Amino acid sequence: MSDILFALLMALVKGVGLVFLIILPMVSYTVYAERRVSAMIQDRIGPNRVWIFGLGQPIADAVKLLLKEDFTPASVNKFYYWLAPACAMAPSLMALAVIPFGSNWFGQPMVVANVDIGVLWVFAVSSLGVYGIVLAGWSSNSKYPFLGGIRSSSQMISYELSLGLSVIPIFLVCGTLNLPEIVKYQIENGWLISPIWLKGISFTGINFSLLASSIFSLTALFKLVLWVPLFISFIVFMVSMFAETNRLPFDLPESETELVGGYHTEYSSMKFALFFLGEYAAMITGSAVIVTLFFGAWHIPFLPTDPQQLSPVWGFLLGLLHIAAFFVKVAVLLFFFIWVRWTFPRFRYDQLMRLGWYFFFEIALANILLVAFILPFAPN
Amino acid sequence: MAYTVARPKLSFVERLYVPAVLAGMKITIGHFFKMLTGKTKVTMQYPEERWDTHLPEHYRGAPTLVKDEHGHERCVACQLCEFICPPRAITIKPGEIPEGDRWRKVEKFPQEFEIDMIRCIYCGLCEEVCPEQAIFLRKDYAITGLSRAEMVHDKQRLYELGGVMTGLVFKWNEKK
Repeated sequence: MSDILFALLMALVKGVGLVFLIILPMVSYTVYAERRVSAMIQDRIGPNRVWIFGLGQPIADAVKLLLKEDFTPASVNKFYYWLAPACAMAPSLMALAVIPFGSNWFGQPMVVANVDIGVLWVFAVSSLGVYGIVLAGWSSNSKYPFLGGIRSSSQMISYELSLGLSVIPIFLVCGTLNLPEIVKYQIENGWLISPIWLKGISFTGINFSLLASSIFSLTALFKLVLWVPLFISFIVFMVSMFAETNRLPFDLPESETELVGGYHTEYSSMKFALFFLGEYAAMITGSAVIVTLFFGAWHIPFLPTDPQQLSPVWGFLLGLLHIAAFFVKVAVLLFFFIWVRWTFPRFRYDQLMRLGWYFFFEIALANILLVAFILPFAPN
Repeated sequence: MAYTVARPKLSFVERLYVPAVLAGMKITIGHFFKMLTGKTKVTMQYPEERWDTHLPEHYRGAPTLVKDEHGHERCVACQLCEFICPPRAITIKPGEIPEGDRWRKVEKFPQEFEIDMIRCIYCGLCEEVCPEQAIFLRKDYAITGLSRAEMVHDKQRLYELGGVMTGLVFKWNEKK
């Protein structure tokens, strides 16, 4: 009994710590990064007034949003109008539960819920995010949010297909849906994104025979062949993630230039902030999933992978380093998201649908067949 | 007359969309790193950096009144500036210099001299028209106030901003 209680307590501590100490600050600073990076790409400076380098800006924004009048238009459907912002924010935070964001710290595996359905949970929960947008669009009782909501639902449904299909090759290769298991596979056989994987190098020395065998062997050649469909999978997954998180070039639900603000036009104050931050939380979750599936999650090459085998102090530091490595990888992907946003113009709606249904869906399907065809030729 | 615009024939690589994507991303990251390494010229960070040291000699800032080398006001309340002022920002109430004063010869002085800085358009006509070279547009440009009344510069404020300007007109020297 006490074991179950302890496990529950640990899950609570990890969940609350992850969300409140890491994700929520990260969300607000992603907004800050978005503004600074977009400014720099456009040869401007961006917010730099609040504290050094403008690092206090997210706090100032939060205070502003909290103090603004929370206005509810008379014509809205109150119940759904109030429900929608919560529906937009909660799924992206819930999806984080199965992400392994660190190896082992204080003897605890750094994943809130180590469940075997892993990725299915992520897809199931993150696709609920569309409800927030659709409800907001519908309950606002105004034409622009309505159009935004419709666009969003059709877009997210179309891209969820290729999102789901594009990761099937990974499960074929790794043989599991459990995310920590996928990470373990990547530690042993190399990150799925990398075509070759060097073994035998560590900070204590180089094992040349192991290094040579990891480059010149049938296994290495097989990994190189397998890398092609996995890379296609990565591209499809990445692009679908852009569409799924409503980021430019696929931000049709919002499209300020056509739909005023899209689905959140009628919202103000903290309710608007929830939509706004929900979008960034979805971005972080998306990046975390990509990092876990393709970039080896918390794994740092050439360093020990199990803190429990080291002395307590070094184990503590390594555990911390692994958590840091995970979020550094996420941050790099977030930068990529921002970079892409400020480079491309928005797709036209029919182009978006064409891309989703005519190209990515087919590519993802063919990719599964390709992997299924390659896998029987595995050397061992 | 309507005519058809010939669409450019795109090659397969161009239709792939990928080279254009990469080219675009290269451009944006180039701008990013230029800004990061400080190679991009950016806007002046106003309250910390100011125009003050870069202002040209002929800059037309706030109009002010100046005093001569004796510390006496140059203005003789002729009211020419009041008449020429296009937005009618200047209001002068002339007064007479009493008998026995050192500057009796000048005859008039402004009892009140007000410039409404909300109205002022910084055209410099007052400076141009002044026969006594008593009014000058100085380099102050950040004229602010919390109320309309505060934005009206009275005589004292105008002299504060203007200060002393020597060696311009010598006709009022009392020995002449």
